[in-house]
Amino acid sequence: MMAALLRRTGQTVLVLFGVSVLVFGVFFATPGADPTARIAGRNAAPQVMEKVRHEYGFDRPLPVQYAIMMKKLFITRDLASYTNRGQAVVPEIMRAAPVTASLVCGAAVLWVTVSIFMGTLAAAMKDTWVDRGLMMLGLVGISIPVFWLGQVANLVTQSRYHDTWLFSWVPGLGYVPFAQDPLGWFRALVIPWVVLAVMFIGIYSRVLRHDLVALAGEDFMRTARAKGLSPMRVLLRHGLRTSMVTFVSLFGLDFAQLAGGGALLTEVVFGLPGVGRLTYRALTMLDLPVIMATVMYSAIFVVLANAVVDVVYLFLDPRVRDAR
Amino acid sequence: MTLTPLLELRDLRKTYRLPRGRVLRAVDGLSLRVLPGETLGLVGESGCGKSTLGRCMLRLADPSSGQILFEGRDITTLPERRLRALRPRMQMVFQDSSAALNPRRRIGDLLAEPLRVHPAPDGRRRPASVIAARLSELMDLVGLPVQALERYPHEFSGGQRQRINIARALALTPRLVVADEPVSALDVSVQAQIVNLFADLRRELGLTYVFIAHDLAVVRQISSRVAVMYLGAIVELGETDGVLHHPAHPYTTALTAAVPRAVVGHPHAPVLRGDAPSPTAPRTGCRFHARCPQAQARCAQEEPALHTLRPGHAVACHFPLPPGP
Amino acid sequence: MPADPPLLAVRDLCVSFPARGRMVPIVEHVSLDLHAGEIVGLVGESGSGKSVTAMALMGLIDSPGVRVTGSALFRGRELVGMPQRQLRRLRGRDIAMIFQDPMTAFTPVYTIGWQIDEQIRAHEKLSRHAARARTVKLLADMGVPDPAHMAQRYPHQLSGGLRQRAMIAMALSCSPALLIADEPTTALDVTVQAQILELLRRLRGTHGASILLITHDMGVVAQTCARTLVLYSGRMAETGPTEAVFDRPGHPYTAALLDAIPPLYGPRPDRLPAIDGIPPQPADRPAGCAFAPRCGHAHETCLPAPPPPVPIGPGQQAACVLPAEGTPLPPRGPMTECTA
Ligand SMILES: Nc1ncnc2c1ncn2[C@@H]1O[C@H](COP(=O)(O)OP(=O)(O)OP(=O)(O)O)[C@@H](O)[C@H]1O
Ligand SMILES: Nc1ncnc2c1ncn2[C@@H]1O[C@H](COP(=O)(O)OP(=O)(O)OP(=O)(O)O)[C@@H](O)[C@H]1O
Ligand code: SF4
Ligand code: SF4
Ligand SMILES: [Mg+2]
Ligand SMILES: [Mg+2]
Repeated sequence: MMAALLRRTGQTVLVLFGVSVLVFGVFFATPGADPTARIAGRNAAPQVMEKVRHEYGFDRPLPVQYAIMMKKLFITRDLASYTNRGQAVVPEIMRAAPVTASLVCGAAVLWVTVSIFMGTLAAAMKDTWVDRGLMMLGLVGISIPVFWLGQVANLVTQSRYHDTWLFSWVPGLGYVPFAQDPLGWFRALVIPWVVLAVMFIGIYSRVLRHDLVALAGEDFMRTARAKGLSPMRVLLRHGLRTSMVTFVSLFGLDFAQLAGGGALLTEVVFGLPGVGRLTYRALTMLDLPVIMATVMYSAIFVVLANAVVDVVYLFLDPRVRDAR
Repeated sequence: MTLTPLLELRDLRKTYRLPRGRVLRAVDGLSLRVLPGETLGLVGESGCGKSTLGRCMLRLADPSSGQILFEGRDITTLPERRLRALRPRMQMVFQDSSAALNPRRRIGDLLAEPLRVHPAPDGRRRPASVIAARLSELMDLVGLPVQALERYPHEFSGGQRQRINIARALALTPRLVVADEPVSALDVSVQAQIVNLFADLRRELGLTYVFIAHDLAVVRQISSRVAVMYLGAIVELGETDGVLHHPAHPYTTALTAAVPRAVVGHPHAPVLRGDAPSPTAPRTGCRFHARCPQAQARCAQEEPALHTLRPGHAVACHFPLPPGP
Repeated sequence: MPADPPLLAVRDLCVSFPARGRMVPIVEHVSLDLHAGEIVGLVGESGSGKSVTAMALMGLIDSPGVRVTGSALFRGRELVGMPQRQLRRLRGRDIAMIFQDPMTAFTPVYTIGWQIDEQIRAHEKLSRHAARARTVKLLADMGVPDPAHMAQRYPHQLSGGLRQRAMIAMALSCSPALLIADEPTTALDVTVQAQILELLRRLRGTHGASILLITHDMGVVAQTCARTLVLYSGRMAETGPTEAVFDRPGHPYTAALLDAIPPLYGPRPDRLPAIDGIPPQPADRPAGCAFAPRCGHAHETCLPAPPPPVPIGPGQQAACVLPAEGTPLPPRGPMTECTA
C-alpha cells in the first residue's frame, strides 16, 4: 500500500514535469513565431520588446528559457502581463483560485448528493414511473446549456422576481469572500452552484442508475439477496458501494476540469472573478503570459486530481490495491 | 524412433513478468515430441500452463527460451512474415466457442477469411468458386447444413459453434491442430458429439492433435498418449491407459482418484489436500513435494527429471509408484 | 424411506417467463421430496431449468411478469406466493444457497469475514465480535487454514477452492435446514472438486443440513446423492434412488446421458454413443415428449401430450410411455465400467 502510494507520487511528479515542458513548448518554442512579440503584446514599443527578450532569455538556448519561465512561475512568481500594464500573473491566479474553488466545491457537493439520491432511487424503482420521471429529468438537465440556464436564473432572481419574497435575499452578481462574510458567500454562490450542478446531476444520476441496474444481474448481488438481506441493504451496501468505483473516476476528472478553469461560462454569467473568467479575459486580449499560466494551472489540477482519484481507488477497490 | 516428430519442443520456457518484479513461470523447461498422426492429450489443473504451452507450440505466443521445431525446422525465432507460410499447416481451436467468433459476421465470411488471406499451395490466390466449394465441403465435414453459412454465430448452439470453430481450423487443411479445451464448456451429450467429430476427422484427414483438457475421461477417449502437467512442467508422459490406469507419479494418482466416476457406490478415494502453489513462488526440489503424500527428504532438495520408466512411459519422480495389479 | 413428512415437498412447480407477448414455460410440473439429512441431485443439460427451479424455491426470480405456480412446502409452509418479507426471513436462515462461480459470488469490495458476519447479523442479534467468532469457527470447520486471518482477506485474494469453502461457510452460518447448491464445483479443478464434495457429504453429519445439489455432472451425482432427479428441457424425465436411476434408467434420455460419458476405465469405445441433435428451445418445445425428436424409441404415442411420470420401481418414476406399454428399457447393469 505504502509502496503503491510512493510510486504514484513519483509518477505524478514526472507527469507534471512533462506537462510543463509541453505547455512551454507549445507557447514559446513553436518555430517561426517570435515569443517576444507574443508576450509583449500587439504593437509593443521596441524598448519593451528588448526588455522582454532579455528578461525571458529569449536570446539564450531553450532549456535556459524553460528554466527562467518556471522560475518566474513558481519561485519568484513575477511573471507579468504586458498587455495589462505589468500586472503580476501568478498572484492574480491565486486571487481567482478561491473563487473558482468555492463555486466548484459547492456545486460538486450538490451534484454528488443529488445524483446519488436520484440514481439510487431510480434503480430501486426500476421500470416504474418514478424511474422514468427521474431519468427524463436527468436528460433535460444534460441538454440545457449552462449559459442559457445561468441567464434565465439571473433574469428571474435578479430582475423579474427579485422583489418578491422568494428571491429578495439574492444579492447582486459578484463574489463575497468566505472569510469576510460566510452568509454572504453562501448567498452569492447558491444560484451559481445549482446552475453549474444541473448538467452533472443529469449525467451522474443516469450513469449511476445504469450501473446499478447492470450490477443487479451480477452474481454477488444475487448472493446478497440469497442471504436474506433487505432490498435496501443489498442496493446500498453491495450495489452502490461497488458502483462508487466508477463514480469516483468520473467525478475526479470532471471536478479537476472545472476547478482548473472549466467553469468558465458559469463564472462569466454570474460575474464571479474566478480562474475561468480570467482565462476568458486573457483569451479575448491575447494576453499570453496569463493564458500560459492558466493552462499550466489547469493542467496541474487535472494531473493532481488523477493522482487523487487513483489513491481513492486504492481505498475503494481492494483488487486495485493488490494489482499495483 | 526413426519417425521425425511433427513438432518438437526443447527445454521450452515461457515466463511472464508481473508487477513488483515478480516472475511467473508458466512453462518451465519443458521438452516434448509430437509424432505425426498421434493425438497427444495434455491434462493438468487450472493454471498449470496448458494454454500457454499450446499457444507457444504454434508461436501464437513467443517463448522466453528453448526451441520449437515444426516438421523438423526450427521456428523459434522465425519472423512472423515467414511464419505465415507455415500457419496453414498448424491451427488452433479454442475453448470459448462464442468469444472466438466475430458476432457481426456471417459464418461463410468467417470461414472464407483464411482461404482468402492465405494463398493456395501453388502460391496463387484462390478463386471465389474454389472457396465456395471448400466451404460446403467443410460444412459437410463438421456435420452442419450448408445453409448455416448464411447465418450469424448467435444463431447457433454452443456445440454448433464449436463445430464452426473446428471448420475454421480445418479450412486450410492443417497437419497439426492444437485444441485448447474444445469441449470443456459443453454438456456431456454435446461433448460426446464433438469428441466423435474430432476422432472422425483424424481418421479421414490424418490429422495430428494436441488435445488440451482437464477432463481425464475425455482425454482418454481421444488420445493415444497423455502428458500430465503440473506447475509448468510435464510430470508424467506415456501411453494413455498406461498413464491413467497405472500412474507412476503421485500427482497423476491423485488426479485420477479425484475424477467423480459415474458409478454409484464407488469408494471415495482420499482427496489431495491444499491448492497448487503459486506459479510465482520460488521453488526447490520436486514441484509437487508440498502436497505429495509420498514425499521424502530428497524431494525437497533435488528436482526429479523426466526419465523413462518403462517403454512408452516416462515420469518425473524420485520414487515412482509401482505399476498396479 | 423415512415416514415423517419431507423437509421440502415440491409439487407441480411451473415457472414461465413472458417473451414476445406470450408466456414461455421454462420449468414444467417439477415435483420432488427432500427429507431431513438427505442429499438429492438435480441433473440436466445446460438450459434445462435447474437454476430457475432453485431460484423459484428461494423466491429469487424478480423478472417482471414471471409466473410461478404449483406448490413447494418447506416444513409445511408454502413457499410459492409467500410475501417477500417473510421469504427474506427464511432466506439465509432456514434455506441457504451457494452458487457456481465462487469468483463472482462475493462482493469484491468487502472481506470474506465481513460478508459472513453480515449474514449472521442479518438474522440474529449478535455483537460484531460474537459474529466474527462464529465466522472464524465456521471457516475452520470448512477446512480453511488460518481462518482468523483468512476472514480478513478479500475474495480475489483467495483461490477458487478457498472461496467456495468460504461460500459454504457463509451459507451454513445460520445453520439452515436446507442448502441449495447450484453447481458448486463446476468452476473448480477436479482435485478441488473432490475436496468440496467431501465437505458437502460431511455436512449432513456435522451441521445437519439437507442438500439439493444441482449439477450437470453425472459423476458428481453418483458420488454424493442418495436420490436423483433428471430434468430435460424443463420437464422431469426421471426421478428415483441414484443407484436405481444409474443401473436401471427408465427414461431413454437418462440412459443416453449415461452412455455418452466417456469411461475412464474398461474398454474404450471407438465412438461415443452421443445423442444426436440438441434440446429444444423452451419456446418451441414439442407438444408431446420433449425428448421425442432425439429419441431412438420415439413412436406415435409419444407425440400427442407429454407423458406423465409413471412409477417403474421403488421410489423411481420415469416420464416415458415405454414402461407403461410393456417395453421398458433393458437395465444397464450394476456397473458398466470396471475398476482397474
Ligand atoms: N498474459 C499473461 N500474463 C501473466 N500471466 C499469465 C498470462 N497468461 C497466463 N498467465 C499465467 O500463466 C499461468 C498458466 O496459464 P495458462 O492459461 O497457460 O493455464 P492453463 O493450464 O491453460 O489453465 P486453465 O485450465 O485455467 O485454462 C497461470 O498462472 C496464468 O495466471
Ligand atoms: N430471467 C429469465 N427470463 C427469461 N428466461 C430465462 C430467465 N432465466 C432463465 N431463463 C431461461 O430458462 C432456461 C433455463 O435456464 P437455467 O438457468 O435454469 O438453466 P440451467 O439448467 O441452470 O443451465 P446451466 O447448466 O447452464 O446453469 C434457459 O433457456 C434460460 O434461457
Ligand atoms: S519426487 Fe518426491 S515429492 Fe515429487 S512426486 Fe515424487 S515422491 Fe512426490
Ligand atoms: S416418451 Fe417416447 S420419445 Fe419420449 S423418451 Fe419415451 S420413448 Fe422416447
Ligand atoms: Mg487454459
Ligand atoms: Mg444454472
